[in-house]
Amino acid sequence: MRRVVITGLGVFSSIGKNQGSFFENLLHGRSGVRPITQIDSSPLSVRIAAEISDYNPEDYFPAKRLDLLDRFAQFALIAAGEAMQSSGIEVRDEERFRFGVVMGSGMGGAGSYDAGYHNLYAKNVTRLHPFTIPRIMHNAATSHICMEYGAQGPALATATACSSSGHAIAEAYHLIKFGLADLALAGGADAPITYGVMRCWEAVRVLASGNGNPATACRPFSADRKGMVIGEGAGVLLLEELEHARKRGATIYGELAGCGMSSDASHITQPSVDGPVRAIRMALEEAGVAPEEIDYVNAHGTGTRLNDATETQVLKEVFGEHARKLAISSTKSMHGHAMGATGAIEFVATVLAVARGVVPPTANYTERDPECDLDYVPNQPREMRVRAAISNSFAFGGLNAVLLVRRWE
Amino acid sequence: MNVGEKVVEIIAREQHLDPSKVSIDSTFEELGIDSLDGVNIVFALEEEFKIDIPDAVAQNMKSVRQVVDSLTRVLEGKDISDLAAMAKGSSPVANN
Repeated sequence: MRRVVITGLGVFSSIGKNQGSFFENLLHGRSGVRPITQIDSSPLSVRIAAEISDYNPEDYFPAKRLDLLDRFAQFALIAAGEAMQSSGIEVRDEERFRFGVVMGSGMGGAGSYDAGYHNLYAKNVTRLHPFTIPRIMHNAATSHICMEYGAQGPALATATACSSSGHAIAEAYHLIKFGLADLALAGGADAPITYGVMRCWEAVRVLASGNGNPATACRPFSADRKGMVIGEGAGVLLLEELEHARKRGATIYGELAGCGMSSDASHITQPSVDGPVRAIRMALEEAGVAPEEIDYVNAHGTGTRLNDATETQVLKEVFGEHARKLAISSTKSMHGHAMGATGAIEFVATVLAVARGVVPPTANYTERDPECDLDYVPNQPREMRVRAAISNSFAFGGLNAVLLVRRWE
Repeated sequence: MNVGEKVVEIIAREQHLDPSKVSIDSTFEELGIDSLDGVNIVFALEEEFKIDIPDAVAQNMKSVRQVVDSLTRVLEGKDISDLAAMAKGSSPVANN
């Protein structure tokens, strides 16, 4: 059986523009949630987000190229660049057809949609910019990464809301495991902080307002949690077939040993217990890992009343008594809910936790909730040997993806 | 500034090229202008001159001079159906 290892990591987020600063800030419990600056947020009732600040696209891309890149695709390319660089790989010409790319995005080129529709509806302009379509399409991130690195194998995009990049990584894993590719860049990117998208999310009434104190707005699993906070960014991993990685002497961050996927098929927004339970069990089974061997769970942990209580039930059902021994944290407390990027950003955090033997905390945890009574690694990181860990993504729409990483000895 | 100069300026701006590198005699190929860039340039011209350039004419532009000639005729209100007819059957802008 072909095995899949992680040999490159890239992240671009509100709490760090590379894996080093990202993980450092995670361990220190530093929040990236702040007042929104990229749009005029004054009419909004929620005016905070985990926004990437001090970002100047011209620092990363030539002007001609930038014309065709929505913000989400820019993030994708930057994170992919770090994943490639950190892997030290040099892809040979004859390998290009065996090099895949799978990227998730919940919103695609939301900013370009917004700008175009603003012209159309508010300014009564009848002609839209001809680059609107290439900028907004969900597969733009995948396609630009393919072009940048000459990846000519199987390439696709996933759009399963908050699970988009969990599914993207799972799909890339299966491409390699089942022999359709030998290496793949996989992850997700989203840039949903636009006036239109923020209004849409406000309407769902799941956002924490916390305008007065943005840094503590997102409090997953804490009794006083008030909801989720929108984030943005990208996470990309280089996955490689084990022998391929060994042959080139790659540094291995960990083994992607199993992926579980399931559908609740019950409600368009409310999470179920059954669907996520099946996804976690599927990942454990595929990896051949016993529930007792999981030491860390990077939770979906959005910070809404319902999600966190349900996820706690899910973990109890799968892990039984062992659930109380799990270190569980939601790093969304710091990097926000980066939509289709969030699963990949969180999986980067999970892989680094396993590789470095230190688990990031759940920030802003203040008070125990009787419905959330497990160990959420409150506020302080924990040094511990992590044999194996899972990263959960449970999307709106009831589509679940669970990634399992095993420590590489 | 005449139409020719304006067209050169717009093409240079949209392609992020040094204007001195663009002349009335440049072909799109020489300037590295692909079909998608061409559509973008037509869009910029339409915005600048507040005109509509028919798809068939837009798709047939392959050089700066051609752009200037077509544009001049549109601006003078002349019939350009012959240009559109000439362009019939020309390849679409992109594959999809």
